[in-house]
Amino acid sequence: MIEDFSSLFHGFGVAMQPFNIGVMFLGIILGVLIGVLPGLGGANGVAILLPLTFSMSPTSAIIMLSCIYWGALFGGAITSVLFNIPGEPWSVATTFDGHPMAQKGQAGEALTAAFTSSFVGALFAVIMITLVAPLVASFALRFGPPEQFSVYFLAFCSFVGMSKEPPFKTVAAMFVGFALAAVGLDSITGQLRLTFGFESLLNGFDFLIAVIGLFGIGEILLTMEEGLSFKGRSAGINAKVVWETWKRLPRYWMTSLRSCIIGCWMGVSPAGATPASFMSYGIAKRTSRNGANFGKGEIEGVVAPETAAHAAGTAALLPMLSLGVPGSPTAAVLLGGLLIWGLQPGPLLFVEQKEFVWGLIASMYLGNIVGLIVVLTCVPLFAAILRIPFSIIAPIILVICAIGAYTVHNSVFDVMLMMVFGVLGYLLKKCNYPLAPMVLAIVLGDKAEENFRQSLLASQGKLGIFFSNALVSTIMTLGLIALFWPLISNGLARLRTRTAA
Amino acid sequence: MTCSPKHVGLGAVAALWAATSLAPLPASAAWEPSRPVEFIIPAGPGGGADIMARTIQGIVTKHNLMSQPMVVINKSGGAGGEGFLDVKNSAGNPHKIIITLSNLFTTPMATGIPFNWKDLTPVAMLALDEFVLWVNAEKPWKTAKEFVDAAKAANGTFRMSGTGSKQEDQIITEALQKATAAKFIYIPQRGGGAVAVQLVGNHAESTVNNPNEAVSHWKADKVRPLCVFDSKPMPYKAKITATMSWSDIPTCKSQGLDIEYLMLRGIFMSPGATKDQVDYYINLFNKVRQTPEWKDLMENGAFNQTVMTGKDYADWVANEEKRHQQLMKDAGFLHTN
Amino acid sequence: MSDHTHGAGSAGPSHRAVETGVGIGMAVFALIVIAGSIKAGIGWGAEGPKAGFFPFYVGLIILVCSIVNVVQVRTERSRGDLFADWGQIRQVLAVVIPSTIYVAVVPWTGIYFASAALIGFFMRRLGNYAWSLILPIAIGVPLAFFIVFERWFLVPLPKGPIEAWLGY
Repeated sequence: MIEDFSSLFHGFGVAMQPFNIGVMFLGIILGVLIGVLPGLGGANGVAILLPLTFSMSPTSAIIMLSCIYWGALFGGAITSVLFNIPGEPWSVATTFDGHPMAQKGQAGEALTAAFTSSFVGALFAVIMITLVAPLVASFALRFGPPEQFSVYFLAFCSFVGMSKEPPFKTVAAMFVGFALAAVGLDSITGQLRLTFGFESLLNGFDFLIAVIGLFGIGEILLTMEEGLSFKGRSAGINAKVVWETWKRLPRYWMTSLRSCIIGCWMGVSPAGATPASFMSYGIAKRTSRNGANFGKGEIEGVVAPETAAHAAGTAALLPMLSLGVPGSPTAAVLLGGLLIWGLQPGPLLFVEQKEFVWGLIASMYLGNIVGLIVVLTCVPLFAAILRIPFSIIAPIILVICAIGAYTVHNSVFDVMLMMVFGVLGYLLKKCNYPLAPMVLAIVLGDKAEENFRQSLLASQGKLGIFFSNALVSTIMTLGLIALFWPLISNGLARLRTRTAA
Repeated sequence: MTCSPKHVGLGAVAALWAATSLAPLPASAAWEPSRPVEFIIPAGPGGGADIMARTIQGIVTKHNLMSQPMVVINKSGGAGGEGFLDVKNSAGNPHKIIITLSNLFTTPMATGIPFNWKDLTPVAMLALDEFVLWVNAEKPWKTAKEFVDAAKAANGTFRMSGTGSKQEDQIITEALQKATAAKFIYIPQRGGGAVAVQLVGNHAESTVNNPNEAVSHWKADKVRPLCVFDSKPMPYKAKITATMSWSDIPTCKSQGLDIEYLMLRGIFMSPGATKDQVDYYINLFNKVRQTPEWKDLMENGAFNQTVMTGKDYADWVANEEKRHQQLMKDAGFLHTN
Repeated sequence: MSDHTHGAGSAGPSHRAVETGVGIGMAVFALIVIAGSIKAGIGWGAEGPKAGFFPFYVGLIILVCSIVNVVQVRTERSRGDLFADWGQIRQVLAVVIPSTIYVAVVPWTGIYFASAALIGFFMRRLGNYAWSLILPIAIGVPLAFFIVFERWFLVPLPKGPIEAWLGY
């Protein structure tokens, strides 16, 4: 352990060299660009980075790569808050309160809260990696198909029990999401389903296309109906906004801590950042005193999902390094980088490549800090984007959406699909169908089904497998409690009044 | 050579090098990529094809083997059908190449996706990938026979984790069941990396991972190889663990399991490519094969280093297709309706 | 978000009609899903549930919910709410129609040219800007995207005859 710390400090020393600090800034800026433009993914980042990395030392290359990673994580929140377009699945929950805040003229506050929470979540996870890496890696191994399914089950339950919309509409919206997620290849039987012979449906409905349409285009249409302007136009551009927001944030320490823990757990398990963000939002909404205001622009509703998502995104690096399974597309970027340098992730990476691993961890600390500084200084700039008149920014958003939809599968069909989802999003929202459960189902539906069926294969059809050990039983029970929480809390309240009387 | 002035220096050096050290082809290949080359992987990140393609990307970039960048893209949708159809639909675009695994044959056969390898232009076979029977190192089975006996005694409750459904891993599992009369529950996962983790976590009794998908866990003594599905042991003698090298793994045949299966790691490109274009890539991969990084990859992943191009390659693939047709038919995996 | 105060005398489709339409649309979608699932097999086969097992019940649930939703809307006493008045719908269509045309022409003209046209059209039609402002933005923005995507990040986007003429 002492040896590890000295490696870590050595890593810090290397990372603090002026050249490497410069590399960090470059990486962060590239990363933010990747995060902001939905059409750019990690693969592209690696492609442009590669020639550069062979001309610098491996350490500088690692630093740059991990800074791209941070930049992309931070960048995802920007479009979610400003335009209601989540660039990554785990930014969806950030739109629920982030965008309403921007509409109320509080884009600066929302962005500051989002960036700061990302920072806190990621920092918490890095500290966890530093201190208990080997322990955590063996915890990750305990998650087989039934455990994975129970995590998804918990994510759905903690989110569904809380919708304000009419129940039949909520269920309908969610199951439309499940149906869309089922289209394409059934991974268990290796058979195509619901494609009706269309080649374009082979890949199923990608989350990104659905979300760009439902949220991004749908939002533009709603804005048009209400008369041509983003409500955030009055956003005050004030450098002090960061400071003002920071003064408010410590109040939510409890939410923050809980979200960090949920995030680390989800990241390691490795269910990933998406269920973490939804689960954290759902739980914050239930337990917060301001729960009723969630969805209308409550700052706590930004803190919860952002903290959890980035704690998870960072914690997911651990199974990636020690087991070689990337938890997210962005983690896959890092994996690609390792392979290119001839480093094979696996249990021995921490032993055989000590220098490298601790250098990476040191650069994660510093990159996270540099990233926070860069994005916070830009908050007024980002908020100012909302001052651009609607008739100029709207077509530009449309173009960005189209590019984003196209690049998912390089298919023009997807761009048309995005447009269909846009109109659908407008209609559904006006008819009081909640879009969030639908998106959650599109993102997690096929994975949940896959794990459910893998479990049943293993147990030969017995549902008992979901209560077959302490870990899976606990998570399933938590899920059931979350699902029936309204009934349970009612019952408890009644019990309390009775004993009082 | 059609080089812009600033590339002349590099190009000349590369040409000279190619001419002196390899010279498989006339060094003045008339075609060169004028745009970034997309390298498609019809599988997810972390698996065998992904590891190989990303290593190649690193080699090409590091040794400056191409004047244009190489962009690696995973297109794993529809059991790789997404990637194959993408290349098939890019006729006349010589800036698109694809690395294959057995889903080149199995995906169209199992799903009815309108695709056949003849839709693409064959470039080169880079290597053949081996399959090894792995169990968790905590389990008592030291030989394939002990494992099979235990599987029989377990009465069909042993779980075999593998990549995808109705693909190579499940084909081998079927063959194993036929050869031994033991019954396995086959549980499909999304990629070779995830499969290996299932085994380490004891969520499956066995896997048939490729060597480079499991090697890092083997080094850490988390998994144990029982036998290799090839006609002869692998040639690599360097020790991987304290006591064993790849060459110490017996063939399955010698253990009483008469099953052989090797998988193509080959390159195809978009339809309608000219001879010049194919030659350019053949030449490129020849250069890749001369690098020390490639040799490390081959050794670490214990590949069978068979290389083929041109008609030999096409004939080999055609033959392999016929074999898979039979294997898939026997297993009842062919697409119906 | 959907609570609007409508001026007296404004006209438009009623909320009820649109909701009924959405409900029927979902029911049709559900039927398609059910049909597709039956084709894929909805039983419990040798390898556990077949491919169509889950989608079949998902489709069934959507069908039931959409029927309930339609019945609720139809039986509720109509409050005469408007979904939106015609003026608002015209506004929405002012975005939907040009965007749809944009999406439809991208395969032929490439994304850059179509984007320039879309931005120009919006600024002229909805913003009434002078051409001296429109032209730099309409040309500059796609150009910036071109540099970022094609040159920096090496992402090929759809290109048409104009780019081909310029040598891309």
